[in-house]
Amino acid sequence: MRAVAAALAICAFFIAVTVVPGQSSDSGKRPAPAVPKYDPGSYAELQKAPEKARNRPNPLQSDPDAVAAGGILFEQHCAECHGKFAAGSRKAPSLLAPEVQSATPGTLFWLLTNGVVRKKMPVWSKLPEPQRWQLVRYIKSLGSAPAAESPAPKP
Amino acid sequence: MSSFCRLVLVCLFFLFALSVFTPAPAVAQENPYFVAYDHYLEEPGNLEIEYFSTFGTQRGGNDFHAFWAEFEYGATAWWTTEFYLDGQTTFNESTIFTGFRWENRFRVLKREHFINPIFYFEYENKDGADKILKEGEGHDVESDFLVSNAEARRDHIHEIELKLILSSTFKGWNFTENTLAAKDLSNSPWEFGYALGASRPLALKAAAKRCTFCRQNFIGGVEMYGGLGDRHSFGLHDTSHYLAPVLGWNLPSGWTLRISPNFGLNDNSHRFLMRWGVSREITGFGSMVSRLFGGRK
Repeated sequence: MRAVAAALAICAFFIAVTVVPGQSSDSGKRPAPAVPKYDPGSYAELQKAPEKARNRPNPLQSDPDAVAAGGILFEQHCAECHGKFAAGSRKAPSLLAPEVQSATPGTLFWLLTNGVVRKKMPVWSKLPEPQRWQLVRYIKSLGSAPAAESPAPKP
Repeated sequence: MSSFCRLVLVCLFFLFALSVFTPAPAVAQENPYFVAYDHYLEEPGNLEIEYFSTFGTQRGGNDFHAFWAEFEYGATAWWTTEFYLDGQTTFNESTIFTGFRWENRFRVLKREHFINPIFYFEYENKDGADKILKEGEGHDVESDFLVSNAEARRDHIHEIELKLILSSTFKGWNFTENTLAAKDLSNSPWEFGYALGASRPLALKAAAKRCTFCRQNFIGGVEMYGGLGDRHSFGLHDTSHYLAPVLGWNLPSGWTLRISPNFGLNDNSHRFLMRWGVSREITGFGSMVSRLFGGRK
């Protein structure tokens, strides 16, 4: 009986910490996400892509639906950490930064596939290869950040 | 109605409430397995709440319905921890709470390889009436389940379970092989088991529109699992084995549904098990907890 009571307490705890913040965000009281601080070190992993991976072309480069499909995938899997507009958050860096936008499609695909496990970026090989390439198309389509959203200048 | 039934109903109500109130859910990309594990861990900070059922036929005794609730949390990108609550109803007998489990999975290598090893450690605190059949191990056979609930509950089991999960992804397919070693912390020998799985989404490319019934939302596959005896009598004799087609459906609303008919492959196995499950992923759970306790805004 004590175990059941403990289990109920756990359930109550979950509801308290998930529903309540959810409701507060609906009422518009949630603070706007802070502009992430630009940290070139966040992008160091991109330099570790092997030459072979770097040079892989995107097989969906000419697929007219790839950007739209990638946008939906981004919203479902990436926006939680990188922000709705890919401008970054406290959890993950901006994908509008020049380091990302100038990286080859193969480099971005390699990073998605391998993640950066030590920095909380999950391994995304659970998404089939074509979906990862669709994501790469979407990220590259974002281009450079507009002035208002661009990362702070390097010191 | 027993306390455990009430608990399950309350948890399901909470799941429903979460689906209504939690904003912007992530679409889970879950594998369809019930027994086998692949190498994909929960995303850091995310919580997945799951409910699973197993209906089992029993020769010479009463059929049963075993169920468990699972709370899976991504502690880091290389460590996922899970807490289980187990129970069962044996028809014409009783409905009982049978125990809890605490499971941990650790990613061994930081990058993706052709074969990706995951180390698994679990502690189980359950009684002898546990029937969820979450794994095949040792010389577990169908006739073990003939013992009445009242009698089986007298056995108290503290068990540790280790698994080595080897999982690969190739051309959209996932292939996984799990080797299991379990030890009752009383004076019992190590027991062994295995689980194999293969699965693939019905479509590899995502559609360019939001959809519920798109083929990429469905993952089909098959799993096979069973016991391999114990330290004193290793092998396939007096063990049970099952083959199970599996189907998972990842809904855009953040829910995942799974279903799997299991077929016993020898006389020691239950002839038929029917499994189904429902789960819901809550993104940013860790951040919510952090905010609740005055962490960074």
